[in-house]
Parts: sequence; C-alpha cells; structure tokens
Amino acid sequence: MNQAFQGSNQYVASQELMSTVNIAIALQKPLLIKGEPGTGKTMLAQAVADALGKKLIIWNVKSTTKAQDGLYVYDVVQRLYDSQFGTHGVDDIASYIKFGKLGEAFQSDEQVVLLIDEIDKADLEFPNDLLWELDQMEFYIPETKETIKAKQRPIVIITSNAEKELPDAFLRRCVFHYIDFPDQQQMEQIVRVHFGELDEHLVQQALMAFYALRELRNIEKKPSTSELVDWIRALIAGGIDPDALSSDIPFAGVLLKKDKDLQTLAKSKR
Amino acid sequence: MFSSFFYLLRQRGLHVSLNEWLSLMEAMEKGLHQNSLTGFYHLCRALLIKSEADFDRFDQVFLEFFKDIPFHEELPEELLDWLNHPSEDLRRTIMKLRDQGFPDETLEELLKRLEERLQEQTEEHNGGNYWVGTQGRSAFGNNGWHPNGIRIGGESRHRTAMMVAGERKYRDFRKDNTLDTRQFQMAFRLLRQLSVQNDSADKVLDVDGTIRDTCDNAGTLKIRYKNPRKNAVKVLLLMDSGGSMDYYSGLCSMLFQAAIKSNHFKELHTYYFHNCIYGDLYNAPTLRWDDSVPTEWLLQNYDSSYKVILVGDAAMSPYELREQRYSWSQKVYTPSGLEWLSKLKQHYPHLIWLNPEPLPKFRDYWSQTHLELASIFDMYDLSAEGLETGMKRLMVNR
Repeated sequence: MNQAFQGSNQYVASQELMSTVNIAIALQKPLLIKGEPGTGKTMLAQAVADALGKKLIIWNVKSTTKAQDGLYVYDVVQRLYDSQFGTHGVDDIASYIKFGKLGEAFQSDEQVVLLIDEIDKADLEFPNDLLWELDQMEFYIPETKETIKAKQRPIVIITSNAEKELPDAFLRRCVFHYIDFPDQQQMEQIVRVHFGELDEHLVQQALMAFYALRELRNIEKKPSTSELVDWIRALIAGGIDPDALSSDIPFAGVLLKKDKDLQTLAKSKR
Repeated sequence: MFSSFFYLLRQRGLHVSLNEWLSLMEAMEKGLHQNSLTGFYHLCRALLIKSEADFDRFDQVFLEFFKDIPFHEELPEELLDWLNHPSEDLRRTIMKLRDQGFPDETLEELLKRLEERLQEQTEEHNGGNYWVGTQGRSAFGNNGWHPNGIRIGGESRHRTAMMVAGERKYRDFRKDNTLDTRQFQMAFRLLRQLSVQNDSADKVLDVDGTIRDTCDNAGTLKIRYKNPRKNAVKVLLLMDSGGSMDYYSGLCSMLFQAAIKSNHFKELHTYYFHNCIYGDLYNAPTLRWDDSVPTEWLLQNYDSSYKVILVGDAAMSPYELREQRYSWSQKVYTPSGLEWLSKLKQHYPHLIWLNPEPLPKFRDYWSQTHLELASIFDMYDLSAEGLETGMKRLMVNR
C-alpha cells in the first residue's frame, strides 16, 4: 500500500477510522460514513484529499437530486435555442452534454477524491440508481453513443445521516464505518487542532463542562464537536474566566439549540 | 474454521452475503488486517456489517467465536496462519464441497451454489441438521484451540479486538431498544403507499417531459401531463389509557407524537379506551364519558381500507375480556370485550397490536389475557424494531 491515510494536521482521526479509510482505498470500494451530526463526516473527505494530495470533488445531495444529475445533463433547451438562431455546432450533440460531479470525477486524468455528501437526503431509489456506476466506474450516454469510463478510479466517500434506510444491494458494495463520538482525550486533540495555542486551563474546564452537559439526562439534541468549537471560540471572545465554567455555562445557546434543552439546563443548575 | 465464522454470523441473524465475504478474503490477501486479530476485527466489521444497529450483534458473535483466544497475549499459531492465508482456507472449503458431490464447475458457479446452499441453511437450520454436520458448528468445535494447548507468551497489546468487542458499546444502537420519537417517525414512514392517483381528475404538468418533447419536436410546444403521486394510507390509532398503561405513558406519548408528526398520512384518527374495547371509544386519553363515540359508529364510518394500530399492554382481568357487560342505562347485557375486538379484527384486515410489555414467558393471572390476545392478533413490541415490523405487516395484504 503506497498511499496510507494517517489523519492530517487539520483533522484528528481515530485509529479505526484511519484503517477503515485505508481498507476502502485498497479495495477500491466506496466508503460509507455514518455518525452523529457534527462528528466531522464531511470534513473527513477533505482531510483524506489533503493527506493524499488529491483533488476533492463534492457532490452535495439534496432531496431533489437524481442519480442522473451526477452523471450528465443533456441540455436540450440550449440546443434548441442554438438551432433557432443558427449558431455554430448544433449537430455536435456532445457539446450539449454537461457532466455532473460523478462524470467530472471519471473524466479527471488524475485520481480524485469524490465525496457524495448526505446520500440519504435523496429519494429511496437514488443509491440503487448508482450501483452500476460506482461498481464499474463507467456510464453510457445514449445521446452520443459514448461510454464514459473512469480514467482513474476515484476514491469515493459517502456520508449518511441515517434519515433513510439505504438499500441492501448498495450497502453490500460499501465499506462501512460509524464515527463514534470522540472521548474526552480525543476531543482535546481535536480542539487543539482547531485552535493551536490555547490556555490549558480553559480547555480542561470547557471540556469538563461540555461532557457534563452531554451527560445530562433529558437533553434532546446533544451538542457535538462543531458546537464545542464554536463555544470555545465564544468563550475566548467573551474573555470568560475558566474557573467560572464549573458553576455556570455562559453562551449556552451556542451549545444547545432547543428551548427545551436550555430549560433542562437551567433546571439542573438549581 | 474460516467458513464456520461466516456460518455463525449468518446463524446469528447477520445477513452477510458471499460477495462481502469474498471482499473480506481479498482484503486479507492484501494484508489489510495487519496480521492482528484487532485488525481483523475492524476489517470484518467494516466490510461485513453495514449498520451501527448491527455492531452489537457482531461484537457478540465475534466474542462467541474467538472467546478462547487469549486475547491479550500472542495469537495462537493456527489463528495467525489462518489470518495469513485466508484463500487457502477458501480453497479447502471448495475442495470439501467438491468431495461432497458437488459437480466440478467453475469457481463462480460453485460460489453461486454455495450461496444458494447458505440461503437454504439459514432456513433449514432451525428445525433440521442439514449443514451443521459438515461445515457448521462441528468445524468450529473440532478445531479446538484451547488456551491451554497453546504456548502463551509475548507482550500485551494495547486495545485488542476482544476488549473492543467485549465493551459492547454499540448496545444502544440495537434496533430493539426503544429510543426517541425520531425512530418512531422513521418507522411510520414505512407506512407509505405512494400511488399514482389514476382516479384524480386534475393532472399535473410534467415539466421535464414537456421540455424534452418540445425540443425533440423542433420547438413546437408539446405538452405532457402526468398523474400526481400521493400517499393513500389512512390510519386509525386506538390507544389504551390509564391503569397499568401509566408505566408506559412516556413511550405511548412518544408514539403518538411521532404519528402526529408523520404528516404524510392521508388521514389519522386517534381514539382511546381503557384495558379493552367495549361499546364506546373516547376522544381524549382522560376517558371522559361525555366525550366519546360508539364503537359501532367507528365501524360504520371508517371502512376496511383503514390501517388500524392498537396500542395496549393487554393485561387485564380475564373477566374484563370475556364476560358480557351489563349496561345500566339500557338494562341489557352488551357484547364482551373479546367480541368487540373480534369485530374490529374482522372489519379491518390491516390491524396490528403494539404492546409495550414483552410477551410473558409464563401464564399468570395478569398475563393470561396478554397471551390469549397475542394468539389472536399480530402483536409486536412497542419498540423501534417492533414498530418497523408492524408497519411492514400493515403494508402487505394477508
């Protein structure tokens, strides 16, 4: 294995995650990442791309996205316009084919990292429609009778928030990893990656308060890594004395997004 | 030895396909397990298990299979050997299959057959002894790697597979746990019958079709219509309230919230009863007599196309279920609870019962009605998994 992912200076990956990434790369299979929101699923692709020195192509999936959009779009309307005004090259259908993100990744001369973000947002059929393309890394364009084949198999990373069950046939082709919520030690590392120079005392106090908050019962939406980072930023900006954190949580609104959770917090202090 | 782990995984309800197994072998060939059991554990999990809900089950199977390995010590040679040459094991398996009268075919065909056999095995296994004798547990037993028989030495490792598996920290993701409304909502989403409404008069403009056809038509407008797709599912939710159900009020309110929030149903109606259904159903969980509707009215107004979800612990005194009730206002005996329930069941072919209490193992005074009703109705646990299977049951015609 000449390419190995070892985390990056922007991203702290657990041993497990790193080995899973390497498994997926070695087996040339798509890597499916699940995990709590805010555990850095999307960041991972960026980190992998940076670490391996490859270009990152992001395909953001939305509820209206169709599998076809990722491959190519045939712009019939533009072609019609051109034909009416008699401009150049109407016969050349190929110039009306616009490649989607997946098509772009296939076309690239160098190996790229392709991130298919939040695949579960789309229709139930969406993953199934991509089976062949991800397996064989090629697709056919009937309009031009052309087969587009990946010049270099891209490293495919797929994230899911588990909003929908993904079809079995699709899952069978993936390597799966579930990102655990980082423990305190790991979290400290993550915080340091984000801030560099930081008052030791503040980090310890903030983490203690943060994990205590997550442990509170009845919290519906637990704060996650990205919220912690925002919160620490707010603490620094506000010039909060670290010792005050043990008794009071300032800027709680940064951590907790639900009214009910804020009330729970207020109650627990009494 | 190698394949018996595969069989064990499947026996324990993890649907590992042969394709995935082959990828695992390929990965081991490439040395991706890093010659350690921990590496092997991660590799297995990444390739074979595709949902965190199954992690716990996987951990258990892994523990069960490898429990005799002295995990903080050096790996037994036999195991290391196996980890190093997985394909030989596959070859051995195939040789064995050939010996047992499989016709000599190409590898691919053979594997396909193997898969078919496997399929059979999971079904046959419960009652029979089809495969167990050859490749199943016996191989697993015969191998006998006892910790005593193997020289123990070496240094301890940092965080081994056994410890990881032993922690069972994915327990919370098991689907048979009751979690939050979100999971209930997800289950309710299964209750969806998007049907193209052929009967609806108003069609919708098929924009994409129109554009495409118009352009193909060299710009002369050609309009396309299509029928709209809507969810056609209508739901009737009948909930037990008060008494022994108070323990589960949180759970029931979660279910109710989830049902309300799942706004994709065409209709959703909720009624309440206490312990068992009689002549009246109540509009609110407070069960006030002046706020009720006759059950008869319900049957007349909601036809059999409704999907009915009954929620209750089915625990009551036997007489509450079987005895006819004397109505003081009409001075007559009215049908018993069981008769009412049978009426409902007859009227609604799509009816399930969700029970927050697991099916009792023994028959006692309070649980006898539970057992009796469970034999009449399709009864499921009121958990995310139970609800999911229930919803699937509601979707099929039977």
